[in-house]
Amino acid sequence: MTTQSAQTDAAPLNAVLLYALTGLLAFGALMATAFSDDRLFRFHGWIFIAAFVTALSAMTVGLSSGRFRSPQDQYADGVVRAGVIATMFWAIAGLLAGVVIAAQLSWPTIFYFPEAGWLNFGRLRPLHTSGVIFAFGGNALIATSFYVVQRTCRARLAGGAWPWFVFWGYQLFIVLAATGYLAGITQSREYAEPEWYVDLWLTVVWVAYLLVFLGTIWKRKEPHIYVANWFYLAFIVTIALLHVVNNLAMPVGLLNSHSYSLFAGVQDALIQWWYGHNAVGFFLTAGFLAMMYYFVPKRAERPVYSYRLSIVHFWSLIFIYIWAGPHHLHYTALPQWAQTLGMTFSIMLWMPSWGGMINGLMTLSGAWDKLRTDPVLRMMAVSIAFYGMSTFEGPLMSIREVNALSHYTDWTIGHVHSGALGWVGFISFGALYCLVPWLWKKDRLYSNALAEWHFWIATLGIVLYICAMWVSGIMEGLMWREYTPQGFLANSFVETVSAKHIENVIRTLGGLMYLSGALIMSYNLWRTIRMPSQAPVAQAAGPAPALVAAE
Amino acid sequence: MWKHHTKLERNSLPLVLAILIVVSIGGMVEIAPLFYLESTIEKVEGVRPYTPLELEGRDIYVREGCYLCHSQMIRPLRDEVERYGHYSLAAESMYDHPFQWGSKRTGPDLARLGGKYSDAWHRDHLIDPRSVVPESVMPPYAFLANKPLDYRDIQAKIRAMNKVGVPYTQEMIDSAREDLETQADPFAGSAKFLARYGAKAQQRDFDGNPDQVSEMDALVAYLQMLGTLVDFKTYQAEAPENRR
Repeated sequence: MTTQSAQTDAAPLNAVLLYALTGLLAFGALMATAFSDDRLFRFHGWIFIAAFVTALSAMTVGLSSGRFRSPQDQYADGVVRAGVIATMFWAIAGLLAGVVIAAQLSWPTIFYFPEAGWLNFGRLRPLHTSGVIFAFGGNALIATSFYVVQRTCRARLAGGAWPWFVFWGYQLFIVLAATGYLAGITQSREYAEPEWYVDLWLTVVWVAYLLVFLGTIWKRKEPHIYVANWFYLAFIVTIALLHVVNNLAMPVGLLNSHSYSLFAGVQDALIQWWYGHNAVGFFLTAGFLAMMYYFVPKRAERPVYSYRLSIVHFWSLIFIYIWAGPHHLHYTALPQWAQTLGMTFSIMLWMPSWGGMINGLMTLSGAWDKLRTDPVLRMMAVSIAFYGMSTFEGPLMSIREVNALSHYTDWTIGHVHSGALGWVGFISFGALYCLVPWLWKKDRLYSNALAEWHFWIATLGIVLYICAMWVSGIMEGLMWREYTPQGFLANSFVETVSAKHIENVIRTLGGLMYLSGALIMSYNLWRTIRMPSQAPVAQAAGPAPALVAAE
Repeated sequence: MWKHHTKLERNSLPLVLAILIVVSIGGMVEIAPLFYLESTIEKVEGVRPYTPLELEGRDIYVREGCYLCHSQMIRPLRDEVERYGHYSLAAESMYDHPFQWGSKRTGPDLARLGGKYSDAWHRDHLIDPRSVVPESVMPPYAFLANKPLDYRDIQAKIRAMNKVGVPYTQEMIDSAREDLETQADPFAGSAKFLARYGAKAQQRDFDGNPDQVSEMDALVAYLQMLGTLVDFKTYQAEAPENRR
């Protein structure tokens, strides 16, 4: 108990340290902005200054009114609530950007503006990908991990005010990345476009995130670290490693927004796709599997299907995923031995992926009937089914001969979206539908019927989207390699572009339906939050028996 | 085995350490050899660092996100070689920090775009893609033609490229501004510029507007040199040292 009381006393010290750090950062940002002659760097400098000054003012008020105490007998749920709202907000922003760029490809004469370069596809596309992966997905991961680690460890989040630093620091990263893309600040590494100083900022935030998460595990009152936390840990640690190595770069100047990658050509390509594929593997898979391992058993009120399967598939998944990057570079100038290794491990990856799918789906055994009545559980079950489908499709597409057809085409886009919309999106929506009533102490959602509408509109939207992309991807792949009987190429490139018009329109419609579903969810969750509160429920009761039984 | 695993489940630091070791192996085996295996990059003649104007053009290419729809990597498949030209070599992107191979062809591959179209075609196409290709879905880049190129930090850029291993000489760094202006001006003395970047370096008014060096100048200069450095008439693709 001595450590406990020390923690209580230390919390304000943490806040004071954070306060001092914010002050230093504000001063540093001011100096950097003042002395830079790079217009784009100054633009981001002003955003830094605004963020730090706002944080300083908020903390001044907070410190003087004693709001940074952290009572150790209560969970820190404020930061999780903020995370839930941020997740909803960024989901809509990221999906909207996706619908806009889909419309640009469908109707280029309507949605392009010759003098407004910042609205072109090339600037908006990273806004969409980062918006859904890092803003929506990242906030969902941070919020759920903060919720899950407290419940499964039966301990309050470590670090006092620092979880709030992680939350707001991450939002600042998102704003810098998004405004940077629009302004043309990019290092052109897919899914790692932010420039060097934004990367440094994310590194600081990420280290704080790891320490808060680990610190909470160190305070745990449960002897075992629950399986969801292994996945969260693998996600946090590996993303840190990938992020640092992939973003090694030489800035043009210390006060300049541009940089050049430390690596070139073939090495640079493999490092980027080692990062890129494991952003899928560890951000979009390991992290969301952690979500599955907590919310599916909780919602179904059944224990995790197999403890041993979770061990086997955890270690094999994280070991094998790292090797799969070269399948993005089949038939390129990357040496063939590396391509073959990447393909071999990608095919092996099918098994641990399906280990996770089986463990998730079979957790429903004994509770299958709930799929009829509970749209939230159904959404999570369908997300696991999409996970299984896209982790079968992935190994298939990593076979060199298949990849010769699928690479560079819309098939890849369809594959990504079956994983992103089906798996990542639905498991996160499921978690949000669970979390909002729990966090705001309501006994139910505002409307189950709206959740049903969300489920069906979004599911149909996904089906439209991925079918359209399969058709257009395979079609354009075949058209590129089509020969006339005389032995000439049958199609000019632009013929393959115009052939895809109707599929592009269907894709836009599918995306619009998925976005509508998310809007319905946000309305539903907002009304849930605004419902009159129930009598307070005891929260510090520890994890439900269902979770302990998994061991 | 299950008993041993309990130790990891009860101790967070060994768990983190085990995760780090397990996720490091694949990357080390696949990536590290690329830096020392000599067969990774072919030995070819002609590949040179970008001229200052081309480098600025390349930065615009990156800024506008062209790589999101255009690849620069021709695969050794019959239809690609016939459509775009000789398949891409690793050596051709050895000075590309970062690489621009791309991953998607919403538009065609650009690895050998240089010299295929006239400067005027590029200008018209960038200003309004549908004026020359009616079915195109490419965004318009009309603003490039009006926007003067900001090359105040060109020396710092070349110096940074030099620091990451591109063989720019001190002379090239010192004369970066001069070389940039020379390349965009057909009436400037070209001897020194060509001596530094080779006789094949192209010097002309790329955007057709002699009054200023615009962003259009830089981008077209870059597009017009893509894939033109290696002479494939003399390159022996079947020679043992080039087979990989």
